[in-house]
Amino acid sequence: MIDISTAVIDFGLIAPEISLVAAAFIILIIGYTKRLGKFCALTALLGIFVSFYYTLIQYGNPGSGFSGMVTSDDFGVVFRMIFLVTALLTILIAQNYLSLKRLNKPEFYALICFSTMGMMVMANSTDLVVMFLGLEIMSVPLYVMAGFARRNLASNESGIKYFIMGAFASAFLLMGIAFIFGASGTTDLKRIIADLSYLSEFSHFYFYSGIAMILIGFGFKVGVVPFHSWVPDVYQGAPTPITAFFSVGPKAAGFAVLLRVFSFGFAEVEILEPTFWVLAVVTMTVGNVLALRQNNIKRMLAYSSIAHAGYILIALTAGGIEGVSSAVFYLIAYALFNFGAFTVIIMMESRSGGTTEFSELKGLLKVHPYLTSILALFMFALAGFPPTVGFIGKFYIFSAALKNGFIWLTLIGVMNSFISVYYYLRVIKVSCFEDSDSEFAPMSMTPALMFVLFITILGTLGLGIFPDQILEFSKTALFAFL
Amino acid sequence: MTLDLVIFIISALTAIFGALMMIFQRNPVASVMYMILSLVSQAVLYMQLGALFIGAVLIIVYAGAILVLFLFVIMMLNLRQTEDMDSDSTPISKLAKFLVSGLLFLEMLFVVRGSYFQSSVETGLLSPQIDDFGSVESVAELLFTTYLYPFELTSILLLTAIVGAVVIARKPSNEDPVEILPFDSDDDEFKSAKAAE
Amino acid sequence: MFEVFFPILFLFVLAVVIALIMSGLSVFIGKRTKLGKKDEPYECGVEPVGNTKEPVPVKFYMVAILFILFDIEVIFLFPWAVISDRLGMFGFIEMVVFVVILLVGYFYILKRGALEWD
Repeated sequence: MIDISTAVIDFGLIAPEISLVAAAFIILIIGYTKRLGKFCALTALLGIFVSFYYTLIQYGNPGSGFSGMVTSDDFGVVFRMIFLVTALLTILIAQNYLSLKRLNKPEFYALICFSTMGMMVMANSTDLVVMFLGLEIMSVPLYVMAGFARRNLASNESGIKYFIMGAFASAFLLMGIAFIFGASGTTDLKRIIADLSYLSEFSHFYFYSGIAMILIGFGFKVGVVPFHSWVPDVYQGAPTPITAFFSVGPKAAGFAVLLRVFSFGFAEVEILEPTFWVLAVVTMTVGNVLALRQNNIKRMLAYSSIAHAGYILIALTAGGIEGVSSAVFYLIAYALFNFGAFTVIIMMESRSGGTTEFSELKGLLKVHPYLTSILALFMFALAGFPPTVGFIGKFYIFSAALKNGFIWLTLIGVMNSFISVYYYLRVIKVSCFEDSDSEFAPMSMTPALMFVLFITILGTLGLGIFPDQILEFSKTALFAFL
Repeated sequence: MTLDLVIFIISALTAIFGALMMIFQRNPVASVMYMILSLVSQAVLYMQLGALFIGAVLIIVYAGAILVLFLFVIMMLNLRQTEDMDSDSTPISKLAKFLVSGLLFLEMLFVVRGSYFQSSVETGLLSPQIDDFGSVESVAELLFTTYLYPFELTSILLLTAIVGAVVIARKPSNEDPVEILPFDSDDDEFKSAKAAE
Repeated sequence: MFEVFFPILFLFVLAVVIALIMSGLSVFIGKRTKLGKKDEPYECGVEPVGNTKEPVPVKFYMVAILFILFDIEVIFLFPWAVISDRLGMFGFIEMVVFVVILLVGYFYILKRGALEWD
């Protein structure tokens, strides 16, 4: 008989994942039986709420189970909350859009649940194999969702590009994990970290190749610059609510793993600091400079998301408790105002004949003054103006970098923020000071969209004015992790 | 000469023969057949190394299923005899081909050098060597005890792949009102944005 | 190592030999006529028009993909079967969970009509 006592089966640890998967199962099996209206969306929302409840229970109760494959700590809890809120907002903003574009299929909700579950698996483990599986469970639904509008050429291109690039990145990541396993004989990050100096001394070839490949793999996923070429086409081609999901969820999941592996795990590896320095500078600059020339808002936000990944890389370069907590805080902030901006874009695009071009915004001020000011608020947040949370997030990242002595990096970051002001303010300029040639088609404002706007405005301004709570929250959470 | 060595030489030569024939075939379907030959002989090599599980995977999944998919793709795309495969290759793509194959060759050299002539590259530093490492029993024992959670996750990954394949490849069912109207209003816009770059 | 796999090797050799005998016999015993009309698919039927290699519809591909996915499931059943007696009830439940998750996918395929031909 095989001894199974070491495999501590603790369903409490994976209850959040189980509830999401259960919701997806119900949607898949029942979704096609009858026309059930909003049944699928409601089931998915229920799954998300149950999952949120079980995640909250885990806060402050770190634990480990399944032979060390699942590690629940407060770091993971914070990230899982980000993923769940992202999924919730995506489903809310997708409802109206999908029915308009005749894409409202049950699979969409199931795929969102699966993808979110994959992200949660990624953030909740210290084992490289589980991280890889989580990444794949996250990515496969994303490839499908990018190509969800099957009759649309741009969406097809988006899906196939994302799939091929993503599969390539996964291969790199897997090779890297195999190298690390080859060097160490284990996939458990905790054990690898414990003997880090021993490994890097005696098996440096496999160890460093492994680290480089893992970095490349996750670099692809979060859109770091030498590996960013898929981002604009995929973001522009995918249906807009899915683009919103792309730009927040997978990015946060990728950074969760990068922070776990590189900021905590391999922090002692000296070559990583200059690597991250260069990556941060290149990513910010390329993202911001290319965003200047865009005429499509979705494409502009794609480049802007590359630039924001660069800012978060500054935090990774800084490292330490300040670096990590500022990265977490920035991810929370970015999730809020980016979702807000996408909600307004969806409202624009959902009109009859609506597009995502800049010219679509002409004359917005005269018809919808409130919506214009909301859009302006999100653009200010993206650019990093006070009193929004974008300012606090950037301030916190730059001060973390300064504290650790990265003066040049901070300067380059601040300069990049100035460049970004140009293209964010262009959105406001077009909507306020340019007049539309044709009549302004009415906006579609459903209660779900208004609710998402309310939440994101509340977050953007509330956290911008009173950031202490969340800052303390992310700090204590990370102290518990360290 | 032992029997093991004879079997090794036969299957290694068959693997190389299959791989070469796969490359030099004009007919893609025949290429796939030679690839199956190569994969089966590789499976024998893995089994001789004691990696029985990998050998079985190679035969059941690769030679069995994935190459069937290859065949379907070839037939679906209706690839004919590809006489002028090289006609569209630019100097850059030729250079890339040589670079990538050169890198793979270097990697192979490094591994061979590392394992035979140089003992400084150590592997598996943190784990004790298991005698029957790679046998089906030892793989199974790890998979169903220590790696239980990843094992169950794999089935969810397969499930998402099933759903994804159906969503992408299956025509909408009749009661589905989806996709009567094409959603391609912004195709032109997309092309112009790409042309502008 | 060799003794364990001798039956399998024997099986392989047997399969190859039988296949060779069958195709060899037809070459040696059968009569071969090389005529223009003999090489056409239908000797006395409709004149062949166009290429024989028509593109295969995507639904074949769909079946192939689903086959691969369930084939990968089988690859997990195989090591489980080897040590299932030692794993006992625990291993059985594990495998049931694994199969049930994939069974959801199977039901989904059926409900969605993905295997229906037209």
